[in-house]
Amino acid sequence: MYILGIETSCDETGVAIYHSQRGLVHHLLYSQIEMHSEYGGVVPELASRDHIRKLIPLIKQLLHESKLTKIDITVIAYTAGPGLMGALLVGAATAQSLAFAWQIPAVAVHHMEGHLLAPMLEENPPEFPFVALLISGGHTLLVKVESIGNYELLGESLDDAAGEAFDKTAKLLGLNYPGGVKLSELAKSGQVRFRFPRPMTDRPGLDFSFSGLKTFALNTFQKCEKTDQDKADIALAFQNAVAETLAIKCRRALQQTDLKTLVVAGGVSANTQIRTTLMAMIEKENGQIFFPRPEFCTDNGAMIAYAGYQRFLMGETQRLEIFARPRWAMSEL
Amino acid sequence: MKLLALDTSTEACSAALFIDGEIRQRFEITPKAHTKLLLPMIESLLAEAELKLSQLDALAFGCGPGSFTGLRIATGVVQGLAFGADLPIVPVSTLAALAQNRLPELAFVATDARIGEIFWGVYQRNTDGFMELVGKEAVLPVEQIEFPAQSALGMGSGWRVYKDELLLKTEGFVTQIESDILPQSSTIAELGVYGFQRGLGVAAEFAQPIYLRDKVAQTEIKRAQIRLKRENG
Ligand SMILES: Nc1ncnc2c1ncn2[C@@H]1O[C@H](COP(=O)(O)OP(=O)(O)O)[C@@H](O)[C@H]1O
Repeated sequence: MYILGIETSCDETGVAIYHSQRGLVHHLLYSQIEMHSEYGGVVPELASRDHIRKLIPLIKQLLHESKLTKIDITVIAYTAGPGLMGALLVGAATAQSLAFAWQIPAVAVHHMEGHLLAPMLEENPPEFPFVALLISGGHTLLVKVESIGNYELLGESLDDAAGEAFDKTAKLLGLNYPGGVKLSELAKSGQVRFRFPRPMTDRPGLDFSFSGLKTFALNTFQKCEKTDQDKADIALAFQNAVAETLAIKCRRALQQTDLKTLVVAGGVSANTQIRTTLMAMIEKENGQIFFPRPEFCTDNGAMIAYAGYQRFLMGETQRLEIFARPRWAMSEL
Repeated sequence: MKLLALDTSTEACSAALFIDGEIRQRFEITPKAHTKLLLPMIESLLAEAELKLSQLDALAFGCGPGSFTGLRIATGVVQGLAFGADLPIVPVSTLAALAQNRLPELAFVATDARIGEIFWGVYQRNTDGFMELVGKEAVLPVEQIEFPAQSALGMGSGWRVYKDELLLKTEGFVTQIESDILPQSSTIAELGVYGFQRGLGVAAEFAQPIYLRDKVAQTEIKRAQIRLKRENG
């Protein structure tokens, strides 16, 4: 069976088709980042306006390029939350009415569950149980995953999400929105010169706090000449601090749960230095680590199609309602 | 001719089915429940008429102006239905739909657009008995409206919120006001059928909301310019 996945929770319109036996068939993504960067951040109303322009053309193109017709689709999965209300509503309204027209079930998917399961789209997927580190623009979570839908929150950020900290630090170094990727580019030419704190690692617990790092970066920046080299050095110090903090907490989470498998997903998991730091930690622990391919680290339709398929197998379908839930904790799943 | 119409542009949520001249409608005033009500309304209308979506000739929807989120709910739903069942869509102005409720010879339609502005449209009844736009629809402050110097019926929530300003501005041409009237699917269906017969149906992705207000945020450059201006007095 073929599952159509639809993602519109923030600033990317993503669609994909997943096949129950063959795996991912095709996926397409339209990113609005360029439009929002002129505004210095995501403008929710503009995001919604763009989704409603792009969604049907993308679905059309997806079916066409997959050489499928609408009668081939068995289930439609869509992101119902968390995310921007207006943006979610576009995906939910379109998905539910399309399912109604095709007389097939619709499944409402939790966006972070989508991220969490993204590594399952790879050839060598992780096996349950595992610890998952979800690091995106809006979330930083450590979750113990027993099976699909069986999640125990181990820790989360008490203030800024990891991606948010990247973006805000990038902004104060003068990098355009969304600065996360640009900051990591800049860090490549940085030299080890500053040492940033590893927040909340000196006491027990698995929660994070990243807002202090941004302030630390600002103070450091103001005290130096603000040359390009200064900026690169700060970027490196910041990135090191985040990477090591994440590694320390992940190690703790694995020890605490007595597990050996770590799954890392979400936009920030595309960061090379974070990947290598976590891989080095896992090697020392004799564990295993899994990442999605970089293009499935950030928002995409493929992870939604996959998560929706899993939920469908568990007997979950959404009744005839345009279901969007902008605030939706994973613990409620 | 069979056509399904829907509207979620205001606090009202409605769907209507036009079957060879007869119209059945579901209508509820429910500011927060459009997402729950709209699809079940459509389902029950079709079930009652023992029709499948694919047996319809076209769809119509209130494309705006109105609540931005509301417009996108209707647009998303109508696009999904149209793409799913290979049907054309006739976008219908919510201001026209409002005027079509009463069919006056001339209507000055004004709905509240918040932040001191109204959505404005002048509609005239044509010889076929349908309300037709004179000039252009616009979002603007009351002082800037343009209208023909003829007596007209004042329609829409704008005539409640900006009653005195509008009466003053329209210089006695408006003697009667209907400010509590809302757009509804039954008139969108009528206008939709009329539009369909004149070839105004479009494919799913071309049915888009008409927001009228297009400036919803300032770019960083614009913000910097404003800041500079303020600093330099
Ligand atoms: N290479 C990278 N290094 C650091 N941060 C990154 C990198 N790539 C993306 N990000 C950050 O990831 C976030 C976007 O991730 P995503 O999973 O799409 O988040 P959300 O779904 O919460 O919007 C942004 O904050 C962005 O700056």
